[in-house]
Amino acid sequence: MDPISFVYLAAILFAIGSAAVLTRRNAIVAFMGVELMLNAANLALVSFSRIHGEVDGQVMAFFVMVVAAAEVVVGLAIIIAVFRTRQSISLDEPAELRG
Amino acid sequence: MLDLSWLLIAVPLASAFVLLLAGKRANSWGHWMGVAASASAFLVGLIAFLQMISRPADDRAINVHLFEWIPGGEMHLDAGLLVDPLSLTFVLLITFVGTLIHIYSVAYMEDDANRRIFFAYLNLFVAAMLLLVLADSFLLLFVGWEGVGLASYLLIGFWNFKPEYATAAKKAFVVNRIGDIGLIIAMGLMFAAFGNLDFDTVFGGVSGASEATLTAIGLMLLLAATGKSAQFPLQSWLGDAMAGPTPVSALIHAATMVTAGVYLIVRSAAIFNGAPDARVVVAAVGAFTLILGAVIGMAKDDIKKALAASTMSQIGYMMLAAGLGPIGYAFAIFHLVTHGFFKAGMFLGAGSVMHGMNDRVNMRRFGALRAAMVVTWVTFGAGWLAIMGIPPFSGFFSKDKIIEAAFVGEGWQPWVFGLAALIGAGLTAFYMSRLFFMTFHGKARWEDDQHPHESKLMMTVPMIILAVGSAFLGLILASGDRFVDWLEPVTGHAEHGEPVIAPMVLIIATLVLVAIGIFVAWRKYGVADVPIEAPAASLITIAARNDMFQDSVNRAVFQRPGQHLTRTLVYADAAVVDGAANGTAAGIAKTGEVTRKMQTGQVRGYAATMLVGLVILVIIVVQGGL
Repeated sequence: MDPISFVYLAAILFAIGSAAVLTRRNAIVAFMGVELMLNAANLALVSFSRIHGEVDGQVMAFFVMVVAAAEVVVGLAIIIAVFRTRQSISLDEPAELRG
Repeated sequence: MLDLSWLLIAVPLASAFVLLLAGKRANSWGHWMGVAASASAFLVGLIAFLQMISRPADDRAINVHLFEWIPGGEMHLDAGLLVDPLSLTFVLLITFVGTLIHIYSVAYMEDDANRRIFFAYLNLFVAAMLLLVLADSFLLLFVGWEGVGLASYLLIGFWNFKPEYATAAKKAFVVNRIGDIGLIIAMGLMFAAFGNLDFDTVFGGVSGASEATLTAIGLMLLLAATGKSAQFPLQSWLGDAMAGPTPVSALIHAATMVTAGVYLIVRSAAIFNGAPDARVVVAAVGAFTLILGAVIGMAKDDIKKALAASTMSQIGYMMLAAGLGPIGYAFAIFHLVTHGFFKAGMFLGAGSVMHGMNDRVNMRRFGALRAAMVVTWVTFGAGWLAIMGIPPFSGFFSKDKIIEAAFVGEGWQPWVFGLAALIGAGLTAFYMSRLFFMTFHGKARWEDDQHPHESKLMMTVPMIILAVGSAFLGLILASGDRFVDWLEPVTGHAEHGEPVIAPMVLIIATLVLVAIGIFVAWRKYGVADVPIEAPAASLITIAARNDMFQDSVNRAVFQRPGQHLTRTLVYADAAVVDGAANGTAAGIAKTGEVTRKMQTGQVRGYAATMLVGLVILVIIVVQGGL
């Protein structure tokens, strides 16, 4: 199988993820979108690693996984904290930081 | 005693400080302390003079070192006094006339609540004036120069509760400041050319300096002199300075301070000897001012302002003489001394008249005061005869010598300067006779509440002494060229020049012109009735009544454009300098106003922005082939 197909898949996944982040109001769904985008990036890295026959991309993918794990922890904690104060996890409601 | 000549300055200065600091408790004795300070300065000066004449003529310049003043590396300037015939002449004139005027003021200012402060200022003036003439460097001279300017300002504005008097004081101060700039520039030029400012260095280095430098220094010194000595074009302050109490007018604005410019020129003789062009300008300024002052004096009805115009004119004579070079220096100082006596005497006489006439000064309301004020009439008459140059009164000896010296030379100069001096003598006779006849002769034109009376003894005695000086001083000093020989160590030996007209003819011509002047004045103001209101007159009379419109000219040429300039500068400061600063701040604030709208607080908006940015970056990277 041509490894370039995985790059296309990664692009599709990234597009789906970003669409989820931009269109959904639910924080959890948007968060899932972010995870999808991260994994799409990981997939692209690994694919390029394979195409070029080097391990750099795979090493990078491990880093991304670690960062993603940490991000999930922090992100979910923030979502829970927001839910506790507002009884809502809509992304459009908290706009206090507008200029 | 010569080493103690610093006492001359210290005593009046200490007295001034005590009088100012002691407060009201000194009111009862303060004026006597002022008199004593001035008199003791005179005594010190007299003893110094007696010691001086016992020395040989070529050893009569004594440097009295006071203290190290400016020890600055290559420039090292000490404060010291130069006691020589020239400075001693001034010391004696200042302290003698000064003491008489102090005594006169005790009576004149008797009813003034601030008499003590008046005497403090007078003493301050005496100290500053003595510092001016005794200083051995231009910088120390400048200290005295500013000191007399301050004292003059304080005393002109002594009755500063009247706004116009305060304005007069301010005017004198500001006009003098213009002259001071000349002295400061002159000192800068000297420092650049000679490296120091003491007389020895400057006058010693003159031979090595270019004529252009000396001319520049000379012209700047002349500017300084025109300010202090009320010469054209800076003469406008003197008439208004008559706002001060009359003893002040006598001491500062007739006898001493206004002659400081002449002193400066004569003291800087070494510089002017090397700059003939500057000397011609000095003589021209003097000749012009002597005619200008005389014309103004002919039209004034205010007795003090007429005398002030006369002072201007007489100092014009001195300036003219000083501008003639070595043949004129000694006569300039000679006329200065005799003028100090007769003009101070006449001012004191005018003060006495004012005292008798409820402080009125309009001569058109005087007349026939001869009978009421005999002593004033006689003493004023002595001054009147002296200023006109009637032999053997003192003015004859000093002024005639100046007229004679003005006629010495080649080309156009003797004719212009000589004729100006000669015509000036005739004009002097007219305006002084006019003043004299309007005040003391003719019919009484007093207002109803007037009861003229002779002044107190304490006022008349100084007037009598000055009148005696006016009468005989010239004769005493001129006999055997005594005064000229006395000054020779300072002014240098003058080659005797032959005037273009025979001296005898000049004397006769002068006396004829004087006689005509007196006769015309007698016809017009002695015999005929003097109108109480100033009659309509020719254009020149109107101009002279208004000081030749000098104030208007100054206002139009200097003051108004100056005000416009400052207003423009203020506007430019507000619009350009402040505008740049404020505009930058406003621009940044505006940018903030606009850009803060981008911070919507919408998380998804931010995400979209980031995505768009990312896409743009990717496009750039791909297109740019990076």
